Amino acid sequence: MKIAVCVKQVPDTWAEKKLRDSDSRLDRESADGVLNELDEYAVEQALQLVEAAGGEVVIVTMGPERAGETLRKAISMGADAGIHIVDDNLGGSDAVATSAVLAKALSGREFDLILFGSESTDARMSVIPAMVAERLDLPQVTFAQKVDINGSELTVERVTEYGFDLLSAQLPAVVSVVEKINEPRYPSFKGIMAAKKKPVEILTVADLGLEPSVVGASGAWSEVADFAARPPKAAGVVVTDEGDGGVKIADFLTSQKII
Amino acid sequence: MTDVLVLAEHHDSDIKRITLELITGARALGNPVVLWLGTGCTDDTVATLGNYGATKVLVADSDAVNNHPVAPGAEIVASLIDSLSPVAVLVASTADGKEVAARAAIKSNCGIITDAVEIAADSTVTQSVFGGSTVVHSRVTKGTPIITVRPNAIPASPQPFAAVREDIAVSISAGAQRVTVKDRTVVAKGARPELTEAEVVVSGGRGVGGPEGFGVIETLADSLNAAVGASRAATDAGWYPHQFQVGQTGKTVSPQLYIANGISGAIQHRAGMQTSKVVVVVNKDPEAPIFELADYGVVGDLFAVVPQLAEEITKRK
Ligand SMILES: Cc1cc2nc3c(=O)[nH]c(=O)nc-3n(C[C@H](O)[C@H](O)[C@H](O)COP(=O)(O)OP(=O)(O)OC[C@H]3O[C@@H](n4cnc5c(N)ncnc54)[C@H](O)[C@@H]3O)c2cc1C
Ligand SMILES: Nc1ncnc2c1ncn2[C@@H]1O[C@H](COP(=O)(O)O)[C@@H](O)[C@H]1O
Repeated sequence: MKIAVCVKQVPDTWAEKKLRDSDSRLDRESADGVLNELDEYAVEQALQLVEAAGGEVVIVTMGPERAGETLRKAISMGADAGIHIVDDNLGGSDAVATSAVLAKALSGREFDLILFGSESTDARMSVIPAMVAERLDLPQVTFAQKVDINGSELTVERVTEYGFDLLSAQLPAVVSVVEKINEPRYPSFKGIMAAKKKPVEILTVADLGLEPSVVGASGAWSEVADFAARPPKAAGVVVTDEGDGGVKIADFLTSQKII
Repeated sequence: MTDVLVLAEHHDSDIKRITLELITGARALGNPVVLWLGTGCTDDTVATLGNYGATKVLVADSDAVNNHPVAPGAEIVASLIDSLSPVAVLVASTADGKEVAARAAIKSNCGIITDAVEIAADSTVTQSVFGGSTVVHSRVTKGTPIITVRPNAIPASPQPFAAVREDIAVSISAGAQRVTVKDRTVVAKGARPELTEAEVVVSGGRGVGGPEGFGVIETLADSLNAAVGASRAATDAGWYPHQFQVGQTGKTVSPQLYIANGISGAIQHRAGMQTSKVVVVVNKDPEAPIFELADYGVVGDLFAVVPQLAEEITKRK
């Protein structure tokens, strides 16, 4: 089985995220770049499937030069190879443009399964897996809390607003996973050393055969008009409980006409 | 006036409040035309949707829609973008809503913006990003704007119209029927309001100490007709079910009142509740960062403060 896992480098979730004044884009340089935490679950799932059924795991990322570190980090969990799409023309891509690039990089490589995290912690759109599935004309089984593969039959528990649905489809397919699906492993020392030698294909927009106009800011179908920091909240009242803390909160709620 | 296509969010005949919020928001842009996918559309539902300003309710109820997730809905939305030429398409920012919107955007060559909290008459969208720390105005620059809207952001207000029902037959491609629903499991949701829709959310974190500790949280929640939320520390420990997690990797809530109990206020938790209108905090550590968000905070033991508060509320009602 040949599995691709799409991963994204995102600013460390602990860092304050800001947009740049010059072009209204996320200031990625000012924070450490880390592997999107939700994508670790997708990598783990791929490794578990291959450990059970044999095969190969390829990590795919689109991002600037330094996203290469994130790619290696994901490979060091135990993957076999990487694909890194890096090109100055990619800056300013929105989800539509990103999905065009990922779909192009994935197509024609005969992946049985294309795995995603359920959401990037910076953009938080949760749309890339669906868009890639649409572009590659593949069945899409997203928000999986459980994935089973039996031959070419895929069975997934998809988390819904009400519980979960049991879905089935034939491979090849696009799957995104939620965080309760597994417990991602830490890269071992051996894995980290081995990752340095694993093959990573570096691709540009031209290598993919995409016109520069369909990616980056020119390929984006949406734009940020303007932005502002939310005005800081006025400081509230903090009291120490002296046996009447609950009553005091009730008084506050009454004063706010909430109760 | 032109049409605005609104994709109804519903569970069988139960109309989610976000649907009424979407219709309310759509009125500023044009005539709200509601698309109802699947079963459950009765005369009552049509009347309710009309009461908020829907002019038409298009019903697509077929096996193809009911037995296969996402892709059929996207085909129907794309075909309606074609035939109705709406000025915009409004969809709920839920997992299904976003994915139907995403696939329809690619099919119809339309730009998409997710998690809107406001939509202006010219379809400019306001978003609240990075855990509410930044307010962004954005717009779609290609095709029909497809906009997903966060629950609880646009208050639903009635504006009665005698909506008409129209059943539509859209043929769904075989490709869109490759994923089949074998079984649906509905986890008992109990009597409490849904987390993302609730006007009041009462949350517990590691300070609650264990699964039993959520008893006091639930009692307070019930006194306020509130939903219960939890921090990731609490859901990861298995003290409370995962679907109630609030934060970056859980639900985003924006209630009138959020009560955080025994939660320290890590940046990832704040990302899911920072836009709540009023925040009340109970925590025994005066240094806990959650107090920075508090409109009213009590430094104290939640096992003393929370039951007293619940009792006081019940008394005053
Ligand atoms: C990528 C990523 C994503 C994450 N996503 C989320 C998310 O979606 N949601 C989320 O919540 N977290 C998330 N986290 C985790 C987050 O960083 C924190 O670890 C978590 O929010 C802490 O939960 P807590 O506040 O309940 O626990 P703690 O930080 O341990 O705080 C417990 C608090 O309870 C107080 N307390 C203890 N006993 C009592 C008592 N008897 N009475 C009153 N107060 C008491 C303590 O003073 C303390 O402040 C994420 C982390 C990462 C790295
Ligand atoms: N630039 C990227 N490169 C590779 N994968 C990505 C990229 N952006 C998003 N993804 C994948 O798409 C998922 C959903 O992202 P999003 O739609 O941005 O929330 C992520 O969890 C990743 O698996």
